[in-house]
Amino acid sequence: MDSVHSGNPTGPAPDRPHRVGYLPDRDQTLMKLVVAGPFGVGKTTLIRTLSEIATLHTEEAMTETGRPVDDLAGVPEKSTTTVAVDFGRLTLPGNTVLYMFGTPGQRRFFPLWQDIARGALGALVLADTRRLADSFEIMDMVEEQGLPYAVAINCFPESPLHQVEVLRARLDLHPATPLLLCDARDRESSLDALIALAEHVLDTLPAGPAAEPGPAAAQERP
Amino acid sequence: MTAFPRRRMVPAYLATGGRSRPGTEGFERLTVLFADRTEPPTGLEPEHRRLWELLRPGALTVVEAAAHLRLPVSATVFLAADLVEAGCLRARAPIPRAQQTDRTIVERLLVGLRALR
Repeated sequence: MDSVHSGNPTGPAPDRPHRVGYLPDRDQTLMKLVVAGPFGVGKTTLIRTLSEIATLHTEEAMTETGRPVDDLAGVPEKSTTTVAVDFGRLTLPGNTVLYMFGTPGQRRFFPLWQDIARGALGALVLADTRRLADSFEIMDMVEEQGLPYAVAINCFPESPLHQVEVLRARLDLHPATPLLLCDARDRESSLDALIALAEHVLDTLPAGPAAEPGPAAAQERP
Repeated sequence: MTAFPRRRMVPAYLATGGRSRPGTEGFERLTVLFADRTEPPTGLEPEHRRLWELLRPGALTVVEAAAHLRLPVSATVFLAADLVEAGCLRARAPIPRAQQTDRTIVERLLVGLRALR
């Protein structure tokens, strides 16, 4: 649980119940992926499996879409929904830090989803074969946002096994969209899912315009 | 567990994703915050002081600071913007200035992930 990986953690302060995993450096490149899917599909598990810091969350106050803004005046507690958004962090070789945000999959949280997904490189959509249709809503939202995504079937022990082609058809996936099986509790399996996503994101980007002379390399420190 | 700091901080209508306060436009969840000095600035209001103290030992992103302080991201952005304005906090974008293309960024992600595998 309390695995602070890097940085210079200090002793606990009165209002800091757990140690703070500071960024080891100030000039890293920070990037973001979202892990999306219906409730209970394993988003937080996958993030926890990969995160180097104890998974954190923010409480995001949300006006539900369609609710009149007037309701909000002065009494936020009464008329906003609070959603916990989990996230984790993974430092990669090359002075790069990846943040993974678990995002709620329901349409009514679309504004929050948009806010979190802004600037993300891509989305990993998690699905469960026992209730594939529960992931449709978030897939629509990801597509509307224009984010490249991959779908990972989180394999629960009791999940029925399906042929990948069958799942692909049932999810109505674009032929280029990666579909893979993963175990969110397993680090390598979760890493593989992110690798598949990153490869796909790269495929969606135009080939580098005469690759600028290594800005990435220039950023890196010895 | 004060949900919202007192004073001008976060009027309810700005509580979700409020970008209306001047000076907060550049902030996002992954904006990196770090204290600019080791001596605590004087005269800070309690919520500002909590943020500053949190960042005293090292850098964090806005969203991490929000999580540790148990504040909404939007409120944390307001506090951070105030502190940056007051000159006791510095903020930088998630991608350092030497501009990188989307492609180089994703390549770095891919190389990094594969290296962990």
